[in-house]
Amino acid sequence: MSSLVDKSAERRWPAEGFTRIPYWVYTDQDVFDREMERLFWGASWCFVGLSCEIPNPGDFKRSWVGTRQVVVTRDKDGVANVLENRCAHKGALVCWQDRGTAKDLICPYHQWSYDLKGNLTGVPLKRGALGKGGMPRDFDNSRHGLRKLKVHERGGVIWASYDPDVPDFESYCGPDALHYVDRLFPGRELELLGYSRQIIPCNWKMYFENLKDPYHATLLHAFFITFGLWRADSKSHSSCDGDGRHGVMVSRNEGKKTTGATKEMARFADSLEMNDKDSVTPAPEFADREVAGITLFPSVVLQQQANTLAMRHIIPKGPGQTEISWHFFGYADDTPELRRLRLRHANLMGPSGFVSVDDSEVLAQCQFGASTAGNAAAVLEMGGKETEPQDHMVTEVMIRGFYKFYRKEMGY
Amino acid sequence: MKENVTRVYRGRQSESRELRDLRRDLRDFYEEYTLAIDENELETWLEFFTDDAVYKAISRENWDLSLPLATMYCDGMAMLKDRVQAIRETAVFEPRSQRHFVSGVRLRGTEADGTILVQANYLVTEALSNRDPVVFSVGRYIDRVVRDDSGFRFREHCAVYDNYRVINTLVWPL
Repeated sequence: MSSLVDKSAERRWPAEGFTRIPYWVYTDQDVFDREMERLFWGASWCFVGLSCEIPNPGDFKRSWVGTRQVVVTRDKDGVANVLENRCAHKGALVCWQDRGTAKDLICPYHQWSYDLKGNLTGVPLKRGALGKGGMPRDFDNSRHGLRKLKVHERGGVIWASYDPDVPDFESYCGPDALHYVDRLFPGRELELLGYSRQIIPCNWKMYFENLKDPYHATLLHAFFITFGLWRADSKSHSSCDGDGRHGVMVSRNEGKKTTGATKEMARFADSLEMNDKDSVTPAPEFADREVAGITLFPSVVLQQQANTLAMRHIIPKGPGQTEISWHFFGYADDTPELRRLRLRHANLMGPSGFVSVDDSEVLAQCQFGASTAGNAAAVLEMGGKETEPQDHMVTEVMIRGFYKFYRKEMGY
Repeated sequence: MKENVTRVYRGRQSESRELRDLRRDLRDFYEEYTLAIDENELETWLEFFTDDAVYKAISRENWDLSLPLATMYCDGMAMLKDRVQAIRETAVFEPRSQRHFVSGVRLRGTEADGTILVQANYLVTEALSNRDPVVFSVGRYIDRVVRDDSGFRFREHCAVYDNYRVINTLVWPL
């Protein structure tokens, strides 16, 4: 019996172009599979971890590039490697630990062993036993290593790509996004403060878009608005980089205040005061006084808000499931006072965040809406219909820029 | 810390009546504590803490790695009150109901000033507005408890959850 729904008709992009998002991009398994192939495993640089997670030769951790699990290792030469966690023999996960230190990676099944660069170094009983069995003479270890990704380590962050011909990381970012990457990671030694992991029942693009949407943050997040951490009447800018794939969302922490604009912020709560003032009072840290949220396509959000810093690793699990693995960090030379504030301000973020709870909850509702939307489409006309940079927050320009890029890459 | 309790009793008579009573009283204390959350009585929940209490809902991963970051963190009564205020006044979330189940209350020792070290298992189910309950969080309470004329209070309450990931959001405290 044929399907009642003609999928090919559903996947026609609305005539309005990138001011519309057809809901099938969030719900179709075929679309999701194509995104893995073209976006996550294509000519992209994906975040896989921080250098401080694997500081010494022999250290390793598991991570993800899209739905594929990888092992991030530091080999005996001190070089970071990113290897697919799949034995070249029968496909078992080679590495069963989330992190550790080892000389080599040994598959538990038939104990094929690999060095930390992913080269196959040992096949037990390769020459057989009692003169019988074993691998054919022409079996060449060098042709059966773990699949190796291209790696770029910069400023304490490890990036990986499946495409050996991917453009260099700097050109991939573009000047504006790169400025904000280097601003957060200028080469100062990092200290990992901890992980916060959550599974959100939404499509990965919804999460990505939410960080390209300064408009919502000025309305949804009463906490942000009331305490002046993110407000529509702050000096700000919103722009795209890397042909639209990345978003640069910048503002300032202004503090608590009432202006003409607060009248339209229904969720502004003038009477609300924190008992613990430290929780909403950032210590000055960056000379430009900016706070920034950078969506670095396709796998990570760089978060700097108040004194909390994090890499939010986006790990798609399926069209309607996304894991967010927050890597909260500080700098190794932070004062104890600044470190104390970073841990306090982390309360803003993550699955219990004073601000982030709102996002996770809203995105779950959006996914439900998308799942039954048929051929309908979302509307993106806030701040106009184009993709040029804008010096305010009342705009969806970064989302439009993203879908302009997305349609080209995906062939929609 | 003084490890002043035997780990396994098997009903032996040698366990002091005092210790048995203490354990029984602590079980009651945990049941009252979790009931306050289940019943959405967060103002009552605050009464279970000393003014200088530390509260953490923290992943087993961070706990085992001795990483300081907690998913929900309060250092003192001011931050505890702020958490309640945020849940009441600013947070946007789908209505839900939760049930806590506590078992395996174990005395781990006492500190010089009489602070009691306690551990217990917990399980929390969560039912979102129009859906069925799921096992939302499972883990251990690893606590430091003081006792005065008004009863027990937490000086430190760490809910160390076994979940690798939080299922969407952790709105209410554990």
